[in-house]
Amino acid sequence: MNFELTKEQEMTRKMVRDFAVETIQPRAIDIDKNGEFPEDIFKEMGKLGLLGIPFPEEYGGAGGDTVTYALAAEEIGRVCGSTGLSYAAAVSLGASPLYYFGTEEQKQEYLVPLAKGEALGSFGLTEPNAGSDAGGTKTTAKLEGDHYVINGEKCWITNAEYARSITVTAVSGKREDGKNIISAFIIPQDTPGMSIKSDYDKMGVRGSNTSEIVLEDVKVPKENILGDPEGGFKQFLHTLDGGRISIASLAVGIAQASLDRALEYAKERKQFGQAISNFQAIQFKLADMAMEVELARNMVLKAAWLKDQGKPFTKESAYAKLFASETAFRSANQAIQIHGGYGYMREYEVERYLRDAKLLEIGEGTSEIQRLVIARQLGC
Amino acid sequence: MNIFVLLKRTFDTEEKIVIKNGQIEDDGAEYIINPYDEYAVEEAINLRDEHGGEVTVVTVGEEDSEKQLRTALAMGADKSVLINTEDDLEEGDQYTTVKILEAFFADKEADIILAGNVAIDEASGQVGPRLAERLDIPCITTITDIKVDGENVNIERDVEGDVEKIETSLPLLVTCQQGLNEPRYPSLPGIMKAKKKPLEELELDDLDLEEDDVEQKSRTTEIFLPPEKEAGKVLEGESDEQVKELVSLLKTEAKVL
Ligand SMILES: Cc1cc2nc3c(=O)[nH]c(=O)nc-3n(C[C@H](O)[C@H](O)[C@H](O)COP(=O)(O)OP(=O)(O)OC[C@H]3O[C@@H](n4cnc5c(N)ncnc54)[C@H](O)[C@@H]3O)c2cc1C
Ligand SMILES: Cc1cc2nc3c(=O)[nH]c(=O)nc-3n(C[C@H](O)[C@H](O)[C@H](O)COP(=O)(O)OP(=O)(O)OC[C@H]3O[C@@H](n4cnc5c(N)ncnc54)[C@H](O)[C@@H]3O)c2cc1C
Repeated sequence: MNFELTKEQEMTRKMVRDFAVETIQPRAIDIDKNGEFPEDIFKEMGKLGLLGIPFPEEYGGAGGDTVTYALAAEEIGRVCGSTGLSYAAAVSLGASPLYYFGTEEQKQEYLVPLAKGEALGSFGLTEPNAGSDAGGTKTTAKLEGDHYVINGEKCWITNAEYARSITVTAVSGKREDGKNIISAFIIPQDTPGMSIKSDYDKMGVRGSNTSEIVLEDVKVPKENILGDPEGGFKQFLHTLDGGRISIASLAVGIAQASLDRALEYAKERKQFGQAISNFQAIQFKLADMAMEVELARNMVLKAAWLKDQGKPFTKESAYAKLFASETAFRSANQAIQIHGGYGYMREYEVERYLRDAKLLEIGEGTSEIQRLVIARQLGC
Repeated sequence: MNIFVLLKRTFDTEEKIVIKNGQIEDDGAEYIINPYDEYAVEEAINLRDEHGGEVTVVTVGEEDSEKQLRTALAMGADKSVLINTEDDLEEGDQYTTVKILEAFFADKEADIILAGNVAIDEASGQVGPRLAERLDIPCITTITDIKVDGENVNIERDVEGDVEKIETSLPLLVTCQQGLNEPRYPSLPGIMKAKKKPLEELELDDLDLEEDDVEQKSRTTEIFLPPEKEAGKVLEGESDEQVKELVSLLKTEAKVL
């Protein structure tokens, strides 16, 4: 057993923390309030190599591991949930499937610019009538000559408006037993027939770009099918297993920020002639928050470590995502409580933490779905 | 160009500092690259990118300083040297550091040595100038701009807010002031590459120095924190009344007027 981070992991964490505190933090309130996607911040993150942490150098990445990536996602999440979500989605959903399943040509053409941080990627799975039940995908892809023609609709797709390419899932045929075959297709931005709108008025992660995609007779070359034509369903299950780790890291970041703010405030705020941190009712809240943050972080890092070791991590990443996202929500809620009336005000930021944290209990598999995943792993 | 940077690992003075038994508590203190040395690293990298050559970062310190050296390598420096005094020295002062660096530079043929203006921990600002003196090269402190053209060097330095322009020549030692540049963050590829860059470790022995040679010339008699800041006073009433009250307080209470 060794809980020590490597020098590279430590250095990355410090660098991302400095960058996040100096560059993102001062804008976090405005990013949320105005719902503005911080495109320039992503350019800078790209230059620092943050968008390519877990990909090898030969594909434009930094050759880092999942633990390093998780540490980076936590630090960004600690200052801004919106930036954190778009970051996690760009790496885990936009770029990762291309890396795991893409052909060499697809990696060169589509992964390299993402890993180098020159562009963002996006992953479109969810549809208006297929959320948790992603197998119920209605979007279709028909092979006509050397092109696939794709029709359908995707909703709540992170970064789609700013993406260089979007990987979408679609039904491409039927198996012998009558079940749908789901495949994934790479659609470059600006492909005729694909329209993207970002009109959602969201509760939280308001600065993260979330889009609706309508696909009308979208033609992509046959070669744009991602990896194994029949393996689309397995592919996105694997993609989501990895994505959970980054969502969980982001959750740890928000939980840590909630604790930091609440602790600082409790020591300063005086009522009944003393700091409210002297009251046991407040102390117990802070103690619970600190404990849960640490437990969540340990679980996230363990899941990341398992992934790096090439060991199974499906169950552990579900534990991490479930526990960390619920911890983030509880911690943010307690942070507001400890702030009293001030906590209800935007300026104090803790109310934003709560709104942002809520998404983490829904996106990339709801808490219920995490419990389903865990139960299946238990053999139920 | 053969470029050297003097770098010190210091505790972060923006974090809370705890003093126990007359010593600064090590546990819990955050350690960083002395911020002025970050300007030096950044400028060294820029000079190398413009004029070619190599940047070597040198620190006199302990095993733990490796982290700060690796960070400088991750920013883009080429090589680093840790002169580790952990086993040899209990204490040291600026004399000690300069003596060690003098020995180190004896065979180096440095074109330029960049240091920070001061180290934020002890803030003596002595190591740069004293080293230049020992090496018998020109020294320009608190620089905010530098242009090298062949052997000629044009420098702007900060003199209490004003700018002084200076012409000098290589070899040279400069100390770097805020405003010189915006130090870069170490990038991810930089961090990964730093792993493979050389980090040489030397001890006094390797520099043909004995402990006695570097024995400090000064003694620290006491370390203490500045007095706690007292609560401020909020003045009330119309603004002209407030101004009058402020002036009288500055005279009678603060006694600064
Ligand atoms: C801001 C934001 C960003 C997003 N980004 C992306 C993206 O980039 N790409 C993408 O593809 N999708 C994205 N999504 C979609 C997200 O993944 C889905 O919202 C999520 O999977 C839940 O699906 P749903 O909203 O259709 O809810 P539903 O599946 O309709 O679920 C409704 C409720 O029923 C519960 N439920 C459903 N099935 C079961 C069951 N079997 N047992 C018990 N309870 C069940 C759920 O847990 C939930 O509480 C995003 C969503 C948001 C809000
Ligand atoms: C939208 C809004 C509308 C409002 N409307 C009104 C209004 O119309 N009129 C009005 O007068 N006020 C109003 N308020 C103020 C509201 O009543 C106060 O915010 C509330 O009483 C809490 O006080 P506080 O915010 O100063 O928190 P604090 O009293 O500072 O409390 C901070 C935290 O410390 C805890 N705490 C404090 N003392 C103790 C203790 N002894 N033991 C254990 N825990 C303790 C609190 O429970 C809380 O968790 C409003 C506030 C909001 C946000």
